[in-house]
Amino acid sequence: MNSTQSLISELVSQHGKKRTSLLPILQGVVEQEKFLTEFSMIEIAKALDLPASDVYGTASFYSFLEHKKMGQFIIRVCKTITCDMKGKNQILLAIQDMLKINIGETTPDGKFSLLQTNCLGWCHKAPAMLINDEVFTEVTPEKVREIIGTYMKRND
Amino acid sequence: MTTSHYQLKRVDLIFKNENDWKQILSRSLKRDQTDIVNSLISSELKGRGGAGFPTGLKWKLTAEQEADTRYIICNADEGEPGTFKDREILSQVPLKVLTAMAVCGYVIGATEGFIYLRGEYKFLEKPLNNAIKEFENYCNDIGFHFSIKIFMGSGAYICGEETALMESMEGHRGEPRNKPPYPTNNGYLGKPTVVNNVETLVHTYTIFKYGAKKFKDLGVQYSRGTKLFSISGDTPIPGIYELELGMSLQDFVDEFGDGDTKAVQVGGASGFLVPRKRFAETIIGYKGKLTGISLPTGGSMMLFNSSRSMFNVLNNYLDFFQEESCGQCTPCRVGCQQLLKGIHAVKRGEKHASYLKKLIKLSETMEYTAKCGLGQSVANSFSSIVENFWEEMVF
Repeated sequence: MNSTQSLISELVSQHGKKRTSLLPILQGVVEQEKFLTEFSMIEIAKALDLPASDVYGTASFYSFLEHKKMGQFIIRVCKTITCDMKGKNQILLAIQDMLKINIGETTPDGKFSLLQTNCLGWCHKAPAMLINDEVFTEVTPEKVREIIGTYMKRND
Repeated sequence: MTTSHYQLKRVDLIFKNENDWKQILSRSLKRDQTDIVNSLISSELKGRGGAGFPTGLKWKLTAEQEADTRYIICNADEGEPGTFKDREILSQVPLKVLTAMAVCGYVIGATEGFIYLRGEYKFLEKPLNNAIKEFENYCNDIGFHFSIKIFMGSGAYICGEETALMESMEGHRGEPRNKPPYPTNNGYLGKPTVVNNVETLVHTYTIFKYGAKKFKDLGVQYSRGTKLFSISGDTPIPGIYELELGMSLQDFVDEFGDGDTKAVQVGGASGFLVPRKRFAETIIGYKGKLTGISLPTGGSMMLFNSSRSMFNVLNNYLDFFQEESCGQCTPCRVGCQQLLKGIHAVKRGEKHASYLKKLIKLSETMEYTAKCGLGQSVANSFSSIVENFWEEMVF
């Protein structure tokens, strides 16, 4: 059994084999591995006794269940109206300049991915962004350089 | 100053009284179920997620169904652009929400409740689980069997639609179901289910505490009680405010605007844009016999001043809708894309300005034919922006 298989069997024993556990299991795999491979989706299908196409169909619906290899830290900058008005473009430029990647790309060392996302629910403290599950609000280009600098030094 | 009859009044009910939760719970569990439902009905509380269905009636309809199992789901998939009140409720007074869920469980005969929490609020999962543990321990102590679980979303706006939410919980794509049947008779796993917005539940707590009359004394006819407003955009004081329903938009702008407000988006991207000339006649409340236009809202109020291009605003909304459309029904899937392409074609001069009229027709077709609220409500912001800011769309 490789690490993905043991992760899946652990998640299945935690959440159960019902169809209602599908989303929690997919989320658990993404939390550990940052994205879903064809292999992991087939393994989940086997474990839950579902057609693999059903697992793929469900997984591909949700924007947080990524299908391509993602970095260790996924940066999601909010692009909805208030954040747009309050300067999310400057934030994106600062991040792109610092990490030398475009939106949708991952740094060569596999540490950071940069994405845009829809409303994060922090419009009163715009612009806002997420790094994995952590929220940053009222960010400025200076602040964002500082934040990413701290993440660059992290070795976890 | 305006001479509007409806004044803006700040209230503080939602973020206080959390400490009474044990007392409220045990007191409610001693009451007769019908008595609780009747007091909710007489309070005239309507759902605070935006749709405005009478809450007491929803509980009553669910309780009346023949079934072995029923569920209560707290809808915390707060995704409407410009809305952030539910997050604040769940961080500040989670025990009020849990208490209300348990009382609902007692009334409708459910022993299991769920909180559907959007993926973007994952940081709330841990503190919320701690609150649930404390709550369930107390329930055990008093011999009331009720459990609450958090179900995490994964970044899909449409899952805030109640039937899409249940599809998602059942492990499927978050695609809305046909209505009827309504969740009150055929909900989660086919069982009768109450789906309430976070804020609605907190209002029921207020009613349990103070009684229906105190709640009903607030607000105006057809729009009783208070509402949390998420205020953002061009305002010097963005944030979350609890206000009495029934205020005029002019009073609102006088209080929260920056002196240069040219338009307010009421109800988020799926709501309406109100231009300056109509502030005075617009009332914030549910549909009913109010003077002027009354706009219901999930609480999102976004202010725009004269430096903003309304073309950019509409472009941003349409980009949002075409990404978040579940793609299940054609009017919404294709309509959102065509509206977005269309306004760009007009802006670039590839299409004559009169093409905008065709696009308004298209949005109206979506309103009639789309399967759920997402596709049906695109017409709200589309036609209200295009009609009021025609020049900005063309030049």
